[in-house]
Amino acid sequence: MKNNDKEVKRDRPWLMRTYSGHSSAKASNELYRTNLAKGQTGLSVAFDLPTQTGYDADHPLARGEVGKVGVPIGHIGDMETLFDQIPLDKMNTSMTINATAAWLLSLYIAAAERQGVSPDQLQGTTQNDIVKEYLSRGTYIFPPAPSVRLTTDIISYTVHQIPKWNPTNVCSYHLQEAGATPTQELAYALSTAIAVLDAIRETGQVDASAFANMVGRTSFFVNAGIRFIEECCKMRAFVRMWDRIAKDRYGVEDPKLRRFRYGIQVNSLGLTEPQPENNVQRIVLEMLAVTLSKNARARAIQLPAWNEALGLPRPWDQQWALRMQQVLALETDLLEYGDILDGSPIIEAKVQELVQGAEKEMRRVREEGGMVQAVETGYVKRQLVTSHTARMRTIESGDLNIIGVNCFTETAESPLTSGTDSGIMKVDAAAELEQIERLKAFRAGRNDADVEAALDNLKDTARGGENIMESSIRCAHAGVTTGEWSNVLRNIFGEYRAPTGIDISAQSMGRSDTVELLRERTRRTGEDLGRPLKILVGKPGLDGHSNGAEQIAVKARDVGFEVVYEGIRLTPEQIVKAAEEEGVHLIGLSVLSGSHLELVDDALKRLAKLGLSELPVIVGGIVPVEDEQNLKAQGVAAVYTPKDSDMNLIMADLVNIIREHNGLKRFEDAA
Amino acid sequence: MIAVRALPNPGTLAESVSARDRSAVARALNLLDDKRPDARRYAARLLATLPADRLYRTGHLIGLTGPPGAGKSSLTAALVQVWRGRGLSVGILAVDPSSPISGGALLGDRLRMLSGELDDKVFIRSLACRGEFGGLSAEVWPMSLVMLAAFDIVLVETVGVGQKEIDVSKLTDTTCFVAQPASGDSIQFLKAGIMEVPHVLVVNKEDIGLAAKKTLSELRSTLKQPSDDDDWRVPALSASAAQGTGIEALANSLEAHRSWLERQGLLGSSRQRFQAEWVIKRLLEEFGRFGIECLGGKTVLMEKLMDTQGSAFDQYDLLQEQFLSDCAGETASLAR
Ligand code: B12
Ligand SMILES: Nc1nc2c(ncn2[C@@H]2O[C@H](COP(=O)(O)OP(=O)(O)OP(=O)(O)O)[C@@H](O)[C@H]2O)c(=O)[nH]1
Ligand SMILES: [Mg+2]
Repeated sequence: MKNNDKEVKRDRPWLMRTYSGHSSAKASNELYRTNLAKGQTGLSVAFDLPTQTGYDADHPLARGEVGKVGVPIGHIGDMETLFDQIPLDKMNTSMTINATAAWLLSLYIAAAERQGVSPDQLQGTTQNDIVKEYLSRGTYIFPPAPSVRLTTDIISYTVHQIPKWNPTNVCSYHLQEAGATPTQELAYALSTAIAVLDAIRETGQVDASAFANMVGRTSFFVNAGIRFIEECCKMRAFVRMWDRIAKDRYGVEDPKLRRFRYGIQVNSLGLTEPQPENNVQRIVLEMLAVTLSKNARARAIQLPAWNEALGLPRPWDQQWALRMQQVLALETDLLEYGDILDGSPIIEAKVQELVQGAEKEMRRVREEGGMVQAVETGYVKRQLVTSHTARMRTIESGDLNIIGVNCFTETAESPLTSGTDSGIMKVDAAAELEQIERLKAFRAGRNDADVEAALDNLKDTARGGENIMESSIRCAHAGVTTGEWSNVLRNIFGEYRAPTGIDISAQSMGRSDTVELLRERTRRTGEDLGRPLKILVGKPGLDGHSNGAEQIAVKARDVGFEVVYEGIRLTPEQIVKAAEEEGVHLIGLSVLSGSHLELVDDALKRLAKLGLSELPVIVGGIVPVEDEQNLKAQGVAAVYTPKDSDMNLIMADLVNIIREHNGLKRFEDAA
Repeated sequence: MIAVRALPNPGTLAESVSARDRSAVARALNLLDDKRPDARRYAARLLATLPADRLYRTGHLIGLTGPPGAGKSSLTAALVQVWRGRGLSVGILAVDPSSPISGGALLGDRLRMLSGELDDKVFIRSLACRGEFGGLSAEVWPMSLVMLAAFDIVLVETVGVGQKEIDVSKLTDTTCFVAQPASGDSIQFLKAGIMEVPHVLVVNKEDIGLAAKKTLSELRSTLKQPSDDDDWRVPALSASAAQGTGIEALANSLEAHRSWLERQGLLGSSRQRFQAEWVIKRLLEEFGRFGIECLGGKTVLMEKLMDTQGSAFDQYDLLQEQFLSDCAGETASLAR
C-alpha cells in the first residue's frame, strides 16, 4: 500500500498483551479475565521459576519461589483452572516457557481437549528458545544437544498437528537485557534461528513443503531500547536479513513465508528505580521504534510498567502499560499511513550499517562452529558480558546519560511510591503453602498405575529418538506433575551449567583515578589482613538474573579483588560450602527473584552452623525498603539495589565492610 | 569494631586437619596464604606439626596441566566421580591466571568441578597465581601438603603451555598433561624438549572424533619410551570428560604411576626434595642471597634438608634461628 494511495485503510492494530501470572492458577485466571475485559487481545503467561525449571512446588529448590514471579503450573488440574471460562479455540496464548516447553504445551493441549477443543484449533506461541536461556534468561535444565532435540520435537509436532501455533519464538529480547548491542542482537538471534532450522532439517521429521511452512511459522521476540531511531533501523535490518536467509539458505519461494514476524517487549534494563515515573516516557519512545515502520512493525507488543525496577507490577500498573499501546494504536494516526520511512537515505544507511555489522558477527559465530557451539565455548556469553560492562562504564563515567540516575538527580517526592503498598505488587506468602496443599491433594487423587505407565512410556521415548510430544500429552492426561516429567528427562539427559562469560579481558576496566584509588585500598587492606582480598559472589535459588552478579564480579576483579563466582542457581548450602572452602573475606548474594528473605535467612543460618557468622554478608538485587531493614536486622552488612548504580561506591563500601569486620579502621573519604 | 582476629593455634589446627576436619583445612589454607610475619611463623609450625606419615608416605599428589580450555576442570570433575566411587576423598587446588594490572582475579573454575550433589569429601580451593613463581603461587606447595594431610588424593589444576608445565611437575608426584585436540602446540613443545615430559598424557574431547585421534597418534609418536623395564613408560590416553569415556583408565594410569614411584622408593624422596626446594626459596625470600650463603650455600642446604628425618619445616625454623644468631648482625633489621 502506498502513501499516495487515496484509499489507505487503517492498518489492523497489533496484538496487545501484558506478561502476567502470579500466586496460583486461580488468581491468574481471574487476572486474565479482567485483562481481557479491559481490551487486551491475547494472553501472555508468566510461569513461576519452579515451573520453568521443572520442579514441583514441594521440591526444596522451589522454596520461596512458588507463585512469586509467575503462575505455578504443576499438573493438568492447574492448567484447567488457569483457562477456566476462557475458550481455548478463541484465545491466542503466548507462553514464556523453554526448558519445560514440551511439557507445558502438552498440558495446554490436554486442557484444551478437556474443553472439547482439538489441537488444530489452538493458536499461540511457545517461546521454546533454549539458546538464549543459556546466554541470558537462565531457565535451562538439560545440556544443549537434548535441549535442541526437545525444541525441534515441538516444532515438528506443531507444524503437523497445530498448524496455527508458533512453535518457537527466537528471542533477542533477553540478549539486549543482558547487554547486547543492536548488532549483536541481530547476529545472535538470526544465528539461533539458523541453528534451530538446520537441526530440524537434519532430523528428517519434516518434508520440503512443510519445511517452508515452518520457516514461515518461525517467529521472533525482540527488544527495543531507548535509542529508538537505531532500534527502528534494527527492525528493518531484521526484516531484510531474514528474508534473505529464508530465500537463500532455505529456498523459500513464497515471500509471505519469508516475513520477519515478531513480538516485542521494550527494554527494561534501562528502566530505573530513581524517579520511576520517567520510565513511562522511555517505554512510549521505545514502542515507537517497533511501530513506526509499517513494513517492519511488531505483530504483538508487551510493555513493562513504570515500576519495573521496583518490583512486580500491580493490575493498575499493567493497565497503564496497556493504555499506552491503545493510545498509540487507536488515538493517533500512526496506522493510517504506509511505511513512512521508506526511501529515507539516512535510515537506509543506518540499516545497511547494521546489516553489515551483523553479517560480520554471524561469520564469527560460524567460525566457532555455529550458535550452539559458540554458546558452549562461552564465546557469545563473553561478548554479552563485555558489552554490558562497556555500558556500565559509560554510565559511571557519565558518557551515557540516564536521567535521574547519573544526571538531574534532584527530585520532589513521588506520590506514586508513597502508598501503603510502596507502589508494587506483593505476593501473598501463603500462596506457596496453598499450592503445595493442592499438589498433594492432586497426587492423592490420581491413578498411580496410569502415572507409572505414562512415565515409563516417556522414558522410552526420551531414550529412543521419537518425538517427545505424544508421550508427554499422555503424561498430562494421566496426571503426571511438572517435577515428575522433568525428572525423567533430567535422569536421561543430564543437567547442564552454562558458561558464566565473566572471564573477559580487562580492556574495559577503566584507569580513572577512582579505580586507581580503589585498587590501592584493596591492595593495602589485603596486606593488612595478610592475603589478597577474596570475595564470593553467589546467586542462590532459581533466580536467573545474572547481570548484577556478573557486573559486580568483573568490577571487583578490576579493582583488585580475587573473585569467586560460580554462576546462577546454586543452593544456599552450595554457596556457603564454597565460601568456607575458598576462605573468602566476604560473601555477596545477588537475588532479584523476590525470594531474598528465605534465601538469605537460610544462608546465614548455615554460616552460623559452620562457625562463620563473623563473615560479612551483603545482599544485592530487587529488595524493597522494608525488607532491607529486615535483612540488616538479621545481620546482613549492607543491601544494594538498582539505585546504587555507581559501582565504584559499592566497591569502596566492600573494602570498608571487610576492614570493619576485621577490626581495621574504615577509609573515610568517599572514593 | 572487633579486635584484630587472632591467628589459629598451629598445633590444634594441625590436629584438626589430620582429623580431616573440613573447616580446619579451610583455616589452615588461609593461614598458609597469610603474608604477615606472625602468620608465616605459625604456618611453618603448622606444617611442622602435620603427621609425617601423611606428608611423605600416603596419599597421591597429582598435577593436571594443559592449555586453556583443554578440559582440565571437566576432567577433574569426571575423575572426582571415579575416585569417590572408589571411596577416596579429594582435595583440589585450582590455580587460575590473575589480572596483572589490577592484581584481581576471577576464579570460576569450581563451576566445572561441581558434579551435582554436595559432597563433604570433596574440597576445592581456587587460587590466583599472582604472577609469581614462574606462574605458580609459592603457596601451592604448602597448601598441597595441608590437603594431603586431610584427603586421599590432592589434585592441582594449572594452566600450562610449553615451559610453564615444569612448575607443577616440580610439586607433584604425578604430572598429567591434558592435550587439546587439533592443537599442535603441545606436540611441538614436547618434540623441542621445551616441555618436561609429563607422567601421563591424555587427549581430551575424544567425542569430537578424528581430530582427537590424530592428536593422540601424533603425541604417541613423539614419546620416546624407555628401554629399561624399570623405568616409567608414559601412557598416552584418550578420554572425553563430556561423555565420561576413558576416565576410569585415566584414573588407573595415574594410580599406576604412584605405585611405580612407591616401588622405586621415589614417592617420599621426591616430596622431600620439593619441600627442601621450597624451604630454600623461603629463606632466599626472607634473608636474600646473603642469607643463603651465610647458611652454607644452596648445595649444602639442600643436602642438609634432604637428609633430615621428619620435617624440613622444623629445619626451616632452626635455620631461621641460626641465621638470626649467626649472621644476622647488620642485616637482620633490614631483612625483617
Ligand atoms: C534485565 C532483567 C531481566 C533479564 C536478565 C538477564 C540477566 N542474565 O541478568 C531477563 C530478560 C532474562 C529477565 C527475565 C526475567 N525477569 Co527480569 N528483570 C530485568 C531487569 C529489567 C533489570 C535487572 C538488571 O539486570 N539490572 C542491571 C544490573 C546491573 O543491576 P542489578 O542486578 O539490580 O544490580 C545492581 C544492584 O542491585 C546491586 N547488586 C545486585 N546484585 C548484587 C550483588 C552484590 C554482591 C552487590 C555488592 C551488589 C549487587 O548492584 C548492581 C549494580 O548497581 C529487572 C527490572 C529492573 N529494571 O531492575 C527485571 C526484574 C528483576 N525481572 C523480574 C522478573 C519477574 C523476571 C522473570 C522471572 C519473569 C518470568 N516470570 O519469567 C524472568 C525470568 C528470569 C529468571 N530466570 O529468573 C522482576 C522481579 C520481580 C521481583 N523481584 O519481585 C523484575 C524486578 C521486573 C519486574 N518489575 O517485574 N529479567
Ligand atoms: N566436546 C567436549 N568438550 C569438552 C570436553 N571436556 C570439556 N569440554 C569443553 O571444553 C571447554 C573447556 O572446559 P574446561 O573443563 O573449563 O577446561 P579447562 O582446561 O579447565 O579450562 P581453563 O581452566 O579455562 O584453562 C568447555 O566448554 C567444556 O564444556 C569433552 O570431553 N568433550
Ligand atoms: Mg579449568
